[in-house]
Amino acid sequence: MNPIFLFFHKTGSPPWFYKYSGKLIPWLWAIFLVLTAYGLYLGLVVAPADYQQGESVRIMYLHVPTAWMSMMIYGLMAIMGFIALVWRIRIMEVLVISSAPVGAAFTMIALITGSLWGRPTWGTYWVWDARLTSELVLLFLYFGVIALYNAFDEPRKAARAASLMSIVGAINLPIIYFSVEWWNTLHQGSSMGSSGTGIHPSMLLPLLLMATATKFYYGANLLSRARLTLLKQDHRKRWVQDVLSKESH
Amino acid sequence: MSRQATGTAFVALLRRDFLLAYRRRAELLQPLVFLLVVVTLFPLGVGPSPTLLANIAPGVIWIAALLATVLSLDSLFRSDFEDGTLEQMVLSGQSLALIALARTVAHWLVAGLPIVLLSPLLAMWMNLPDEGLLILIESLAIGTPVLSLIGAIGGALTVSLKRGGQLLSLLVFPLYVPLLILATSAVSSAVVDLPYTGQLGLMVAGLIASLTLAPFATAAALKLSLS
Repeated sequence: MNPIFLFFHKTGSPPWFYKYSGKLIPWLWAIFLVLTAYGLYLGLVVAPADYQQGESVRIMYLHVPTAWMSMMIYGLMAIMGFIALVWRIRIMEVLVISSAPVGAAFTMIALITGSLWGRPTWGTYWVWDARLTSELVLLFLYFGVIALYNAFDEPRKAARAASLMSIVGAINLPIIYFSVEWWNTLHQGSSMGSSGTGIHPSMLLPLLLMATATKFYYGANLLSRARLTLLKQDHRKRWVQDVLSKESH
Repeated sequence: MSRQATGTAFVALLRRDFLLAYRRRAELLQPLVFLLVVVTLFPLGVGPSPTLLANIAPGVIWIAALLATVLSLDSLFRSDFEDGTLEQMVLSGQSLALIALARTVAHWLVAGLPIVLLSPLLAMWMNLPDEGLLILIESLAIGTPVLSLIGAIGGALTVSLKRGGQLLSLLVFPLYVPLLILATSAVSSAVVDLPYTGQLGLMVAGLIASLTLAPFATAAALKLSLS
């Protein structure tokens, strides 16, 4: 067999995936914890307060990485969904539906931290700013994928429907983003939030650390969820019986 | 399969859908009556001040059109799915995307076009200034086919579910956001004598993109629902 096909075939087999993801997960958690601890220390203690925003600028170290993740995960879901539908790789279906709750959680954290930051800075918890609005629409897209998955009785059909929905949503996402941006700038002149100027290294480093940490969190959480979903789906199969009997001893 | 056979199938499907629609007239009227009722609720809710109504008119009419479309989408594939017609269509050997497109075109003609035709009445109720009326009609004429095309994906995805209606609205409303923004902004711009061709141009772009892409997504969703 072609080595590339062999690789996909092996990686796509649930027992293989279960075994090796189990070895990977502790490392992902460890790197996440180290990066988060160091990033938070730099961000919350070492980095200076902003001369305009004061201490509230520190929310950025959580807000910006989670907002990045919220968009990245949806994009990944569409890519994995495409692979799942075209090549019918079951692991990919499982990864798509395991990504959705993590992505929705990141979106919610981004929205909540954003509104907590908005209160002292803009004087209000919520404005229909372009970025806030498109982030909210993104949350609804995540809810749609999750609700669609839960509506089906048959897990594989559900995962394929969720994959298709995430592809459709991802094609629309840039259109939604730009239309909302344009809608807001048309309605009110001020552009709050986005200040494209350079960031000082003392603030950039913790931001990048946190951005990297969230990716490891996503990896660890995603693999744990995928393993659990596989165990549930295959609970009558031989390899699951083997795994369970091995782990209970 | 020759091109002629494909064309014949398309026309035959359209004719069948019209016949079915004609025999279920009462069912077709429901979303339109719903549209009228929703628009009526707004003056009752926000007060009858003509300037206020004129300000919110494009948004209210468009949101009512979205709601009415979603209401009619749930039944788009349902009866064909339940009596097995959909399976026969898949087995017919014709392109499923073409079948989906025929079904969507029929849906627009019986559910979307009446909204366009009713819009002058709605504009009058909402006190929309005369400068905006033509643009409102244009925006609905360009936009409602997009509503049908994108909505068909949602309808196909939820057709095998028992209570797909609520889920359908959760799936498609976020996808309608760009269209709503562009359409209402075009009408509002026209009212205050600002240029609006850009918005309409983008809507036409959206129509072309969804016309070429959405039937394939709908076909994939139908196949998935039948599996």
